Amino acid sequence: MQSKHTAADLAEHVASFASTVLVCQMIPWVASATEPLSPTSIFAPASTPADAIFELSLFVLAVTGVIFVTVFGLLVYAVVRFRRKQHDDGSEPPQVYGSNQVELAWTVIPVLIVLALFLASARVIASIQHPAKPAGALDVVVIGHQYWWEYRYPDYGVVTANELHVPVSDPTHPTPTFLTLLSADTDHSFWVPRLAGKTDLIPNHPNSMWIDPHETGLYLGQCAQYCGTQHGLMLLRVYVDSREDFDRWIEAQRRPAQVDGAVARGRQIFEATACVNCHAVSGVGADGRFGPDLTHFMSRDTIASGAARNTPENLRLWLRNPDAIKPGSGMPAMQLSAEDVDAVANYLESLR
Amino acid sequence: MSTTPIAWTGSDSAQRPLVERLHDWVTTVDHKRLGVLYIVFALICLVIGGIEAAIMRIQLIAPSNDFVSPQVFNRMFTMHGTTMIFFVAMPLVFGFANYLVPLMIGARDMAFPRLNAFSFWLTAFGGLLLHFSFLGGSGLYGAGTAPDVGWFAYAPLTAKTFSPGHSTDYWTLSLLVSGFGSIGTAINLVTTIVCMRCPGMTLGRMPLFAWLSLTMAGLVILAVSPLSAAQIMLLVDRYLGGHFFDTQAGGSAVLWMHFFWVFGHPEVYVLVIPAFAYASEIIPVFSRKLIFGYAVMVAATVCIGFISMSVWAHHMFTVGMSPAANGFFVLSTMAIAVPTGIKIFNWLATMWGGKIQFRTPMLFCIAFLFQFLIGGLTGVMLASAPLDWQLGSSYFLVAHFHYVIVGAILFAAFAAFYYWFPKFSGRMCSEALGRLHFWLFLIGFHLTFDCMHVPGILGMPRRIYTYEPGRGWDTWNLLVTIGVVFQALGTLVFVANLVWSYLKGDPAGSDPWDAWTLEWSTDSPPPAYNFAVLPVVRSRRPLWDLKHPEDPDWKYEGEG
Amino acid sequence: MSTAAVTARDPALEWVLPSRGRVGMYGLIVAESAIFTIFVVAYLFYVGKSQTGPLPGDVLHVPVVLTICLLSSSVTIHRAVTALLRSRTSAFVLWWAATIALGAFFLLGTAREWRHLIYDEGLTIRTNLFGTTYYSLVGLHAFHVTVGLLGLAIVLLLALGRRVRREHSERLEVLSMYWHFVDAVWVVVFTVVYVIGR
Repeated sequence: MQSKHTAADLAEHVASFASTVLVCQMIPWVASATEPLSPTSIFAPASTPADAIFELSLFVLAVTGVIFVTVFGLLVYAVVRFRRKQHDDGSEPPQVYGSNQVELAWTVIPVLIVLALFLASARVIASIQHPAKPAGALDVVVIGHQYWWEYRYPDYGVVTANELHVPVSDPTHPTPTFLTLLSADTDHSFWVPRLAGKTDLIPNHPNSMWIDPHETGLYLGQCAQYCGTQHGLMLLRVYVDSREDFDRWIEAQRRPAQVDGAVARGRQIFEATACVNCHAVSGVGADGRFGPDLTHFMSRDTIASGAARNTPENLRLWLRNPDAIKPGSGMPAMQLSAEDVDAVANYLESLR
Repeated sequence: MSTTPIAWTGSDSAQRPLVERLHDWVTTVDHKRLGVLYIVFALICLVIGGIEAAIMRIQLIAPSNDFVSPQVFNRMFTMHGTTMIFFVAMPLVFGFANYLVPLMIGARDMAFPRLNAFSFWLTAFGGLLLHFSFLGGSGLYGAGTAPDVGWFAYAPLTAKTFSPGHSTDYWTLSLLVSGFGSIGTAINLVTTIVCMRCPGMTLGRMPLFAWLSLTMAGLVILAVSPLSAAQIMLLVDRYLGGHFFDTQAGGSAVLWMHFFWVFGHPEVYVLVIPAFAYASEIIPVFSRKLIFGYAVMVAATVCIGFISMSVWAHHMFTVGMSPAANGFFVLSTMAIAVPTGIKIFNWLATMWGGKIQFRTPMLFCIAFLFQFLIGGLTGVMLASAPLDWQLGSSYFLVAHFHYVIVGAILFAAFAAFYYWFPKFSGRMCSEALGRLHFWLFLIGFHLTFDCMHVPGILGMPRRIYTYEPGRGWDTWNLLVTIGVVFQALGTLVFVANLVWSYLKGDPAGSDPWDAWTLEWSTDSPPPAYNFAVLPVVRSRRPLWDLKHPEDPDWKYEGEG
Repeated sequence: MSTAAVTARDPALEWVLPSRGRVGMYGLIVAESAIFTIFVVAYLFYVGKSQTGPLPGDVLHVPVVLTICLLSSSVTIHRAVTALLRSRTSAFVLWWAATIALGAFFLLGTAREWRHLIYDEGLTIRTNLFGTTYYSLVGLHAFHVTVGLLGLAIVLLLALGRRVRREHSERLEVLSMYWHFVDAVWVVVFTVVYVIGR
């Protein structure tokens, strides 16, 4: 990121400082109190794009705040001072047609404000879109589906779904993650507020974005472009791991599916019924791509792209009656008997 | 009141059989009756759209709620948006323009009365067709096959693959049909204003209402046409196997977005410019001062009209446009704030030094000013593309546009109702009920839409039928839903006021507000021919000149 | 309250405003131009983006004769209206009929071109992006020609029944504005489809 020292920058820095103080005093419940209260607050940034937007928002908030206070103050004053009095004689007040000087003043000042806001925004646009890509960057391809997220790590040959793992990025030696955004069907949007602004996934229109989370942890978000029936439960979970944890995770993901004799029956049902038409389990001849890859199903905390926790009950419920968890998702109820459901669930639970 | 034996009065029609009276209404080409038809149609659709909103808010009152299924919820937000924009707001502004423009410019009717009627019935049919979708498929239970693609119907969700059946077609066809009606009305308005002003009424002496109606009509002509074109393309895709927006065949989903928003953005100016018009007529009268800076107001409005055609892609900041494109639309969008701000300042300056009377129309206008200021400022926030990357498509955006559409446009429309109802009906509205309506609706509006900003800031996207607990959204959503109750009550009071006043209100006379434009120079309601003798004017406020012969406006208007 | 004027009408006050028919037709032309612009933008956007053939360069032949006919019909309609203004009704009828003939010939020619494209070249509206945009744009224009011809034909029938006189020339001039617009659109469509897009 380059910085050009212009008058606008200086004014912006002064205003930023003043506004930071002002805003933190005026709206404490948003700025500080939401972090523990909301895991998806845009005012709790944890990555450079989100940081840049947060700082810009303070500046914009300060400017618009001043405008609001001024104009609202004038409105209140006018309404109070110039109301018709009780003892009014019914005469008409002086009729004022206009004033060119006044019109000029309240044209020029807004134009200057607009310029300042535009320049501040343009700087942040430039810094976020198309940044330089450092050597240690991780590439991930995100493919949006109705209603789940497919993640591919081309450098590692890994395909997984719904829970994105990325390494934490140390500001001194940045290891950001660059996401290429594609869609297999309709429009989607990748929005994890604490990490970055949202970018859409549009079929036939690849997009890209980047994040460089500064702290490990789990970051939440969800699809932000209406994509159909279950848009509301197309949730995002981004696990920011330490370097070691991430390396361990990706190694595990690269391994082919575990083969466990104890769940052979379940695997048979999985392969014989239509499961394999949609779901892939690497190394065992299941390679459907319509639904999430299940090779390392048990490495995930949730099922149905975050709609339910990955517990034995939820898993069996999902297999029996997906509509109970996520009505209108692409997963059909396979009409299996109770034993078969159990067998398949056991098989899935073996896919670590 | 002049004794014109040919004037139509309520007592004349009471004798005639109901069938004949209904037939009159159905076959009318009188701009005043068509205006009333538009407005009544809009009010009916307002109630329907409000119910759709209430259903959504009940579903969202708590996390993981199951008041309605996701399928029904998705139909609700689609129908709510489509109904409110196309079958409430547009008919409302067309209705008021239809009724008032000819009167204000001293004409006897619109330029093309039959086209006027045809345009109204196209709109009404479009509304009927859209709502027929509830019945069209599986029937009312399960909400039929109402469209569920969102009011802006992004591709490729609208392709046959992703929207099988006919729901999307109800959306497309009903809007295509009513769109032609809108274009017809717009052509009518432009022609009327350009060609039928009474002698002496130069363009520079027209009421601001007429200028703003002219601008609005120009925008409709330029903006609704692209929507019609895009909808024809969508029909080609869905029915003839075309590939305009078929991403599998190389088509572009983004192209639909461009076409839609080239319509969609000027559309919101089509809706808000009439709100400006109502404020520009009402604020002066209740401040007892003429509008400050008439010429600048005209220039600002025309500027807004032009600039509004160049901002559309601020709805597409997240789509992946280049930094240069994003930057351009940031600049143009923020630029439009300048003439808009100028208008706010001019209204303030009109009130400044006046003698403000807080009658119901003025209460709504003051709220309009306050709320338009806030809505405009959140718009400036969203105009900054990086902020939009966080706040766009979230409840912050939903709060912003409801702030402008409800807080500014609907409030100004309420003001217009109370102001011109005496002219339309010959009766005064109840001030008491008017105030009750105002306060109920104000409280409800702010409870709902102030609180709605917060979930957006906390990461809640729009168009989700439910949400997880633990995101910090729960309490805010509860408050938002509670506000709906007050707004509903306020609306009920409003409708009751209209009905009661129509039946029992005090006789209004031709000029109850001591106003200055030509519509107040004729009876209330005006006779079918509007004016016994076509007026001749010498200034912008012909009635002021009559009432103040010692100090007429035309002495001062020289250049302005 | 008096419904009378503010001041008595000054007989010397000249108050002439444009004619309603003209302004209304300009409004319609602007609206239609906006519609056509969107179709033209889509056409230009998709030039070169078809994933399969046939491609414009392979199958399109420049319709020179049809274009000359359509553009000439603007001349003939103008002649017709001028003739009517001078009360030369039989000249009017002849020129008006010539306009219709030229327009009809244009439509027939377009139909022939389409028949060739569909049956011989296998290009339909669903074949590829070129097919979709081509048939939509040219078809939209042809639709407007058809509507125009219908209007012209009605006038011709009335004229043959001797119902059209000099006092109707203003209205016919407004109708002829629509016809000129349709021709102007053809100039744009022609340039975009047969010159730029090929």
